[in-house]
Amino acid sequence: MIIFKPLRGVKMIYVENKDLVIPGEVLADDDFYSGRGAFKENGKICSSLMGLVSLRNKKLRVIPLKSKYVPKKGDVVIGKVKDVRFSIWDMDINSPYSGILPAFEVFGREKKELNRVFDVGDVLFLRVVEVDEVKKAKLGLKGRGMGKFRGGIIVDIAPTKVPRLIGKKGSMINMIKDKTQCKIVVGQNGLVWVKGDEDMEQLTKDIIHTIEKEAHTSGLTNKIKERLLLEIDGVLPEEEPEEEPVQDDYVELEKPKLQDFKEELEAEEKKEQEAKFMEKMEEFKNKNSDKSISLDDKPKNSLILK
Amino acid sequence: MSEFIRGDGRKYDELRPIKIEAGVLERADGSAYLEVGGNKILVAVYGPRESYIRRLLEPNTGVIRCRYNMAPFSVDDRKRPGPDRRSSEISKITADALRPALMLENYPRSMVDVFIEVIEAEGGTRCAGITAASVALVDAGIPMKDIVVGCAAGKVDDRVVLDLSEKEDKEGQADVPIAMMPRTGEITLLQSDGDLSEEEFQQALALAVEGCKKVSKIQKDALKRKYATG
Amino acid sequence: MKITPEITRESITNLVENDKREDGRGLNDYRDISIETNVISKAEGSARVKLGGTQVIVGIKSTLSSPFPDTPDLGVLMTNCEMLPMADPTFEPGPPSENSIELARVVDRGIRESELVDLEKLCIEEGKHVWMLFIDLHIIDNCGNLFDAAELAVMAALQSTKLPVATVVDDEVVLSEDETFDLPINKKVAMCTFVKIGDKMVIDSSLSEESVADARLNVGVTDGGSICAMQKGGQKPLTQAEILECVNRAISKTKELVEFI
Repeated sequence: MIIFKPLRGVKMIYVENKDLVIPGEVLADDDFYSGRGAFKENGKICSSLMGLVSLRNKKLRVIPLKSKYVPKKGDVVIGKVKDVRFSIWDMDINSPYSGILPAFEVFGREKKELNRVFDVGDVLFLRVVEVDEVKKAKLGLKGRGMGKFRGGIIVDIAPTKVPRLIGKKGSMINMIKDKTQCKIVVGQNGLVWVKGDEDMEQLTKDIIHTIEKEAHTSGLTNKIKERLLLEIDGVLPEEEPEEEPVQDDYVELEKPKLQDFKEELEAEEKKEQEAKFMEKMEEFKNKNSDKSISLDDKPKNSLILK
Repeated sequence: MSEFIRGDGRKYDELRPIKIEAGVLERADGSAYLEVGGNKILVAVYGPRESYIRRLLEPNTGVIRCRYNMAPFSVDDRKRPGPDRRSSEISKITADALRPALMLENYPRSMVDVFIEVIEAEGGTRCAGITAASVALVDAGIPMKDIVVGCAAGKVDDRVVLDLSEKEDKEGQADVPIAMMPRTGEITLLQSDGDLSEEEFQQALALAVEGCKKVSKIQKDALKRKYATG
Repeated sequence: MKITPEITRESITNLVENDKREDGRGLNDYRDISIETNVISKAEGSARVKLGGTQVIVGIKSTLSSPFPDTPDLGVLMTNCEMLPMADPTFEPGPPSENSIELARVVDRGIRESELVDLEKLCIEEGKHVWMLFIDLHIIDNCGNLFDAAELAVMAALQSTKLPVATVVDDEVVLSEDETFDLPINKKVAMCTFVKIGDKMVIDSSLSEESVADARLNVGVTDGGSICAMQKGGQKPLTQAEILECVNRAISKTKELVEFI
């Protein structure tokens, strides 16, 4: 059987990649596909958001400039404890939808007083375990680096700007960490935790806000680099004329894997914990040198905030 | 139609001077400021956000709530603060005018709040409020099929004219405020107040639609101006 | 209700402890101030004040009224405040909240007790006709320290106020169509608001500073340097030394503030 492909006229598209568009704006005729931020109506592809056009393989998407965080399974987020109830923590995850952290996600079957562990006002790094049909998020702490933050500051940005803050393969965030010596953890819900020297925390906050504001402009990585060099080393960067072109444009960035960015932090804390543990073991051994107790007899601490 | 000149020097199909600015407030998720003639309107949008008003929520989509309010100093004789019957009605029809454009299916059980504040009133505040509210909704990142725009036509001295001023509204015979989605031409708000023949109504509707198209362009310019990459 | 993260409380308190603030200001520095007057042509006086991100609009309307029986020869001032739900995600629509009423009353006290408006000149006919001024405060964007922004806005609006010349003809008040007079004002007043963070008193608090503050102190001072209004707010007490320090700082700081009006 022969299938006749319909003859196509000129493929009509009215926008270019990275154009700023607004809701209702006609992007293209029927020949294209509508992705996120776009919809098809009466044979036209239209934008439903204010954002930048992303065109790939005839698929038109609009990357929003602003948008609220809607929880998705597998995301890592930063949340605030807003209430402690019988067997769950109520979490504010910077979203129209609140999250719950069930006690069994933390303790397993053990019974504990919840507010002794996390109390109202605590800030946690969490994973979205499940999202129900009304978008309520069940949260968990399973995964490396999850748990309560101690010290540091919270910076609030538009969740849509998170990929830009990370940069391609972490280029942007790693550069900031290198120069400021701050620990930085980014939640996909637009909350960022920063910890370091007091002044560096504030500088990092400023820089994160600059990135948020100028996310859709080009040459941002270099601009931030210059600022960091100027503010921290007090020098302008040497000219590197052969600088590779910055590729991490706002519309090109894929969703990053954020948990990677907490690994080093968690490795550090693990080391500390191990050191403490070894210390205690030494004490323990010395005290009980006559009795031979195996390690396994020691009650296990089931609540380990990794 | 004849080329007569109106009391304030405008032609029959001429809008009052109009100016729109997007993103004027810090706290709100989206905001807009609009001046048309002597009207000064400020709009803030919050949401989609969690709402505790259970009875307003819908399981499959987000909902919109509007509050149209006039400042006590916005009119000649001080207005008592707080809602009255007029502002309650306008709040309702404004929500109805904006709702068809919203695409809130991805935000079930959430609420979008639109706060329209008339800082100074000079005729046609409901249309101005809708026009500014749409810009604020876009500024807040709310998904929409189109940017709703409002404009009125009416009858003054037996003539159908566009965008009535306060004086024309008081002395005129009819006022027809409309709102529409400009891409498809669908009407989302229509009121008519006064005496019109069928033919006059047709003229008024056509004129208001033309007015909406002009205002729509100014809305779009305001948004692109605010966020264009430098 | 907004919950302030514990780590935010710690970081702000630590900064203040070292005489630093999130936005780089010193503990005695104001944010940028801008004042525009005559922003509403339908009002007899008006002003829009921006204090950092905080924005306030004030409109003044006048009406003829009969005087209060105990002050038959004085005009009447009424101050009202609307903390609009547009200004802050936690502000609810509805009748003025306690906070809104407190704000209006504290601002009003600064104006009233300093006697900066010559109310005698607002009397048209003793015991019968006086001017009544409605001062309506509209809070449109809350980024902290509404009190000082509101006081500046009310002061600026009063200074821009013009009333029609009124005469009594055959027991009837006749208002002139074209002749106006400036509202008789004989001094200026400004307010300095402090919040207590840790054990330091911080001027012109930002929103996040307010969220971690233990107590608040408003000090209204005239351009002559006398104290005309004070109010202590917040959950925790203040020491006498802290109060005296604030008064001292307010007297010198308000000298800078009145220059803006």
